[in-house]
Amino acid sequence: MTALLEVSGISVTFDGFRAINNLSFSIGEGELRAIIGPNGAGKTTFMDIVTGKTRPDAGTVTFGERSISLLGLNEAKIAQAGIGRKFQRPTVFEDQTVEANLILALKAPRSPWRVLFWKPKAPDLARVEALATEVGLGDQLQRKSGELSHGQKQWLEIAMLLAQEPRLLLVDEPAAGMTPAEREQTTALLVSLAKTRAVVVVEHDMEFVRRLNCRVTVLHEGSVLAEGSLDHVTRDPQVISVYLGRG
Amino acid sequence: MTFFVSKYPGGRPSVPPSVQGPMGDGAGPRSDGKPKSVFARNPSVLIFITCLAVFTLAITLLSEAYGPGLISTSFVKTLGKTLCLCLVALAMDLIWGYAGILSLGHMAFFALGGYMIGMWLMYARTEEIVVTALSQGGLPATPEEIQHGIATQVFGVVGSSDLPVIWSFAHSLPLQLILALAVPGLLALVFGWLAFRSRVTGVYLSILTQAMTLALALYLFQNDSGLRGNNGLSGLQNLPGLDDTSQDHVSIWFFWASAAALALGYLTLNWIVSGKFGSVIRAIRDDEARVRFLGYPVEVYKLSLFTLTALIAALAGVLYYPQAGIINPAELAPIASIYLAVWVAIGGRGRLYGAVLGAAFVSLLSSLFTSGRLPDIPLGPVSLNWVDWWLVILGLAFVAVTLFAPKGIGGLFDRFTHIGTPDRKGAQLGPDDGSLQEQEGQP
Repeated sequence: MTALLEVSGISVTFDGFRAINNLSFSIGEGELRAIIGPNGAGKTTFMDIVTGKTRPDAGTVTFGERSISLLGLNEAKIAQAGIGRKFQRPTVFEDQTVEANLILALKAPRSPWRVLFWKPKAPDLARVEALATEVGLGDQLQRKSGELSHGQKQWLEIAMLLAQEPRLLLVDEPAAGMTPAEREQTTALLVSLAKTRAVVVVEHDMEFVRRLNCRVTVLHEGSVLAEGSLDHVTRDPQVISVYLGRG
Repeated sequence: MTFFVSKYPGGRPSVPPSVQGPMGDGAGPRSDGKPKSVFARNPSVLIFITCLAVFTLAITLLSEAYGPGLISTSFVKTLGKTLCLCLVALAMDLIWGYAGILSLGHMAFFALGGYMIGMWLMYARTEEIVVTALSQGGLPATPEEIQHGIATQVFGVVGSSDLPVIWSFAHSLPLQLILALAVPGLLALVFGWLAFRSRVTGVYLSILTQAMTLALALYLFQNDSGLRGNNGLSGLQNLPGLDDTSQDHVSIWFFWASAAALALGYLTLNWIVSGKFGSVIRAIRDDEARVRFLGYPVEVYKLSLFTLTALIAALAGVLYYPQAGIINPAELAPIASIYLAVWVAIGGRGRLYGAVLGAAFVSLLSSLFTSGRLPDIPLGPVSLNWVDWWLVILGLAFVAVTLFAPKGIGGLFDRFTHIGTPDRKGAQLGPDDGSLQEQEGQP
């Protein structure tokens, strides 16, 4: 199995602070991976680099079977190539209806000219309805998403990510601010998502990571400290000293 | 009620399917019916076009040209100009109210459009005069003589008798009309490309656009700018070849043209904002970064909007200045573009009819208060002079609207249609503070 995303030897410096230091990472098609690490380990910066928000000083990032380099592309192009990103805070467009939010995310041409003449067809509307139903918003399509509860916004955003049909999904702290029941649902969803696409989950919460039952990459000071199953990395003395020991 | 029983077998649904289109017309959720026509989804369009048509007809029937003359020709011109201002306000609403880009330079595009049409009007009109004058000498004038005569007539005032290069196309109406759109359009394209490519946003972009319009105004103030310096172009109300036609008729024709342009602009912009494109640009306004991660090229959207609205502004300028009769570089002063933003803010951002109402209401009030015809009001030691105090009143109104009625005049309509921010009456607000949520603790 070749890697879907291959990150090798990237480094980033912010005003003399090395946020990412010679980091290498790869994930295969349909793999679920958790990234953990203490605050400031470079988890978010890593996501920023993959999604094109930050440019690394050195290293390469390639994606897909043709190994296209992501470094020359802007955020929009990278998203079009098939990388979706879920932010920590639910970011839905509050002024617009649930339906409009989903239509925005739906996989379709993105250029202004094509969007101007784009009309939702029956399959598009059916897909929107199916997605909304899947996350329990089937009867709320015409509501403004600003009226939804926090948890519902999280679900709407997840539905939007699904509508985008990414091949790689980066998820930033999905469990933050969720009730135990919602966490359970989220775990199940992430695991099922990983059957059809690669998913990278950045998470603080060890209990949540344990439930995901997947390979774990531990970051520390901008590079990979350990990688393997959760049990494997939690036994690693280095990991214990920098991360778990403090917890 | 058997009706409810059959419609909702399990009792009333937890969420009433009542949140509808912009006017709350009760059209029903789209999913359980055929797609509605533009007018059914957005009745404000039909209402607006009807009002505009009735207004145009009424003014025509009361004008000096086609009616008893209850409305003077100069007032017809004022109304025609106001319609043009409404059209720029529409453009401003698209770029600011919908896409969140506060441009303080759109009146520059408006004035550039006016300058371009003014060049043809002035050239062609002067040509007629020169040809008539030269033909009295007996011999027909040569083209060189005519050219020289025009140049002396037009540029004598700035001490020149050469026609500048930029007047090369001024003899031809079609060419000059193309320029009237091409010049502002290209300026917007180049300026926008530079600004948006560097991801300049927010107040910095506003300052840049203001610098652009100021620089342009300062340049045009120079005598050697080729556009007669601070004299500007004048006599634009006289259409070449229509000497026998009175201004009564000309004014009403321009009034019609302005009304038609406004109607067309309204329909076009409504079509743009009510589809997916409108959804994308409102999303850009609310969270630009998120739109980028959805795969939309945000900068391309902003650039196309900036250029499109510049073109609309230029078109409005082309119709405005023949009615105004004169254009000079003061029209490009930053204050003009700030007024434009004030109209849209007072009218109500993010709704097309709001922009039109704001522009019409404030600019008509403005011409009333600054006309000098209103009597001063004595207030003890000082007397309230409307001409002097109008700007203060306008400023206070702007602040008041911003603070107390952010939806502007257009927001009044929401009272009839019951659209508003969600009313949670103290219910749980959730951990985040979304833009549509009330502040905690409010009744």
